[in-house]
Amino acid sequence: MHKLHSRLPYYGYMSALWTGLPALLILLLWISFETTIVSSLVMSDLPPAYESYSEQQKGLLLNDIKNHAAGKVTSVLTPELQVLSDRYEHLKSIANMANIAVVLAIGIIGGIFAWQKIKVETRARNNVEKIVKGLLIASSTIAIFTTVGIVLSVLFESVRFFEKIPVTDFFFGLEWSPQTAIRDDQVGSSGAFGMVPVFAGTLLISFIAMLVAVPIGLMSAVYLSEYAPRKLRAVAKPMMEVLAGVPTVVYGFFAALVVAPLVRDLGVTVGLDVSAESALAAGLVMGIMIIPFVSSLSDDVINAVPQAMRDGAYALGATQSETVRQVILPAALPGIVGGVLLAVSRAIGETMIVVMAAGLAANLTANPLNAVTTVTVQIVTLLVGDQEFDSAKTLAAFALGLTLFVVTLALNVIALHIVRKYREQYE
Amino acid sequence: MNNSNRQSIAEIVEKSLAKRKAKEKRFRFAGMLAVITALIMLAVLLLSIVVTGLPAFTQTAIKLDFHFEESLLPADTELTDEVIASMDFHSLVKKTLREKFPMVKKRGDKKALYKMISNGAPYQLRDMLIEDHSLLGKTVPVWVLADDEVDSIFKGSKTIADSRLTETQYGWVRQLVAEDRVVTRFNWTFFQNGDSREPEQSGIRGAIMGSLLVIIVTLGLSFPMGVAAAVYLEEYAKPSRLNDLIEININNLAAVPSIVFGLLGLAVYINFMGMPRSAPLVAGLVLTLMTLPTIIIASRAALKSVPPSIREAALGMGASKMQMIFHHVLPLAMPGMLTGSIIGMAQALGETAPLLMIGMIAFIVDIPQGFMDPATVLPVQIYLWADVPEAAFRERTAAAIMVLLAFLVTMNLLAVWLRKKFEKRW
Repeated sequence: MHKLHSRLPYYGYMSALWTGLPALLILLLWISFETTIVSSLVMSDLPPAYESYSEQQKGLLLNDIKNHAAGKVTSVLTPELQVLSDRYEHLKSIANMANIAVVLAIGIIGGIFAWQKIKVETRARNNVEKIVKGLLIASSTIAIFTTVGIVLSVLFESVRFFEKIPVTDFFFGLEWSPQTAIRDDQVGSSGAFGMVPVFAGTLLISFIAMLVAVPIGLMSAVYLSEYAPRKLRAVAKPMMEVLAGVPTVVYGFFAALVVAPLVRDLGVTVGLDVSAESALAAGLVMGIMIIPFVSSLSDDVINAVPQAMRDGAYALGATQSETVRQVILPAALPGIVGGVLLAVSRAIGETMIVVMAAGLAANLTANPLNAVTTVTVQIVTLLVGDQEFDSAKTLAAFALGLTLFVVTLALNVIALHIVRKYREQYE
Repeated sequence: MNNSNRQSIAEIVEKSLAKRKAKEKRFRFAGMLAVITALIMLAVLLLSIVVTGLPAFTQTAIKLDFHFEESLLPADTELTDEVIASMDFHSLVKKTLREKFPMVKKRGDKKALYKMISNGAPYQLRDMLIEDHSLLGKTVPVWVLADDEVDSIFKGSKTIADSRLTETQYGWVRQLVAEDRVVTRFNWTFFQNGDSREPEQSGIRGAIMGSLLVIIVTLGLSFPMGVAAAVYLEEYAKPSRLNDLIEININNLAAVPSIVFGLLGLAVYINFMGMPRSAPLVAGLVLTLMTLPTIIIASRAALKSVPPSIREAALGMGASKMQMIFHHVLPLAMPGMLTGSIIGMAQALGETAPLLMIGMIAFIVDIPQGFMDPATVLPVQIYLWADVPEAAFRERTAAAIMVLLAFLVTMNLLAVWLRKKFEKRW
């Protein structure tokens, strides 16, 4: 035994990896593609009568067939569709059996292969380590695949959307009312897809949020890092972080339960007409949510300013506030700007608060007392509930998602660039 | 510079000093104000939720004497569970109520009377009889849930003026109280039931189970993958184009709005792969992608804090690089990685938006048992209840938020404790 190249467990690991890995891989691939392939096989047998159906109608048909095969519905299908449903069920069961057989076979083949490889001269440890390293690399590339997945899935559906609605109409249209008419004579369902009012609403709410979050966040960061006694800092800082840990759905409930009625009542006492779903209420609460974000990022950059600069200012006779305003803040400005940009991107992408506290109607207005809608609210309303996958209405959500992704990505890249550049300056 | 000039500078400084000091004071005050404002907002947020949600933790029950009549059992049949399931307990409840209040004669009044107790009462009786067949023919006092309108009166969350109870109904309530047949007790139902259209029967058990299943999937996938990715990036990766790309991607993914991950899940998992909607498995997969960056970043920091001397010692003893990492570096970095993962899981537990995209907002009464069952999660349940205008549901929304926050606080405390306990200064 002393002649073996590796320690004993490695031969076991090697066999386990050879047996399990390929089989697992095939299993995952199989599961991901099975439904798609079986569906397309079934649909290729569609009776000629349905040839004229649009993609959308075919999709609904397929859904019917699937539900039927799964026994979820008890409605009666036409005989020719019943044939398809039976075929679907049949193919599904064949696929399942084949799946089990193939996976087992591959596992056994892998096992036998590994068995054959167990010899004195086999370098089992190197073998195992190579595989494990491959797994490590594979895990770290998931981040790339996720990004690619996001881009592709959003882009793919957006392209289909832009086939129906011209790009210029979407980006420059001033009207948003995605309710498409089912009948021609219906009123109020123009099906306009101009995203300007939606985006304007997002910006309005984000702007209000930043009006709350930037002064409070920045000032508290300055106070906590420059003035506060150590004990106060040790208590107040984690307390502010708690604000960041509160789930957004809780903020949404808070906005709808407390802040919106409060804003409305205040408006009434002053004699203003405030909408129940005013941009102000949503923006205020979103601002509260973002305070810790701004304050912890500003805290980092303020602490990164070298002590020598403070000492220099004090030596010249500057008061503490003069030092902060004329030395520290200018020096930290790039970092703070970067942090604020990150916070803006956060505000733009925030969903639950606006879903629960902002409106649905897209008003193009700068009045914070009116109800406005946001990109995320529209994505949620368009995609939640019953949906058919090919209508412009559903696809519009993906076009909005694409816009959202691109805008937040751009903001993040710029912000990270600024922050990094700033850090290098003082390191 | 001559002497007088120098003096004048001193004078100028002297003169402006009061102003500058006042400015200093104002600035300091503004800073303090900002901190206090933020803390007050936190306090208001938590307080308003606790005040709203507290009543939901108690519920009102009414004691009625039910007579499980033999006539419920169809003639010539055995008393089996199936037979019991088909018995008419609704009539039994109504009859009991009519006998309790014999003076109620009018149709409308009778209807009002039936509305006083939860319409879950017949099922409660059915389950009692299934559990104990010998109850047939006996009269037993049973605590049944009061309807949410009656409940709100007792908990003081609604005054009589706000309530939908009529004066007659209120009279019956007073009579029951006089007979000592009403009690307000801890609301176990809230923790035992799934969702329901009736506030007094609705609970968060289903949502908690759903959250648990989702978190199991998320943790099971994102922890190993996150640690593996961190090990590769921190221990193996040399600066190359691919590795730069990976780093940039991880940093950007950490800042992508969560709803975009929902779109990804909808397009890839549900529409392309044909996975079922509302399944904890799909939710777990989506949240895995979302929490992965958090875990990778935390794990890398943990690996970075392990001093190079450990690595050099291991290599010096003849360990291979992989052995050095898995036998020595990883165990030392594990507490930091776990802390990061717990924080990532807390994030995932509170996440709502991407789950709306993959259809987790269905109305689901049953408690999910597996990863493919339709389920909902705690934050989504909160969102669903927040939409219902009934006051009783508003209380339950706040109560569910309190439960969610309790989970999050526990997880974060656990993370802090882990960090404190295993923190090492090298």
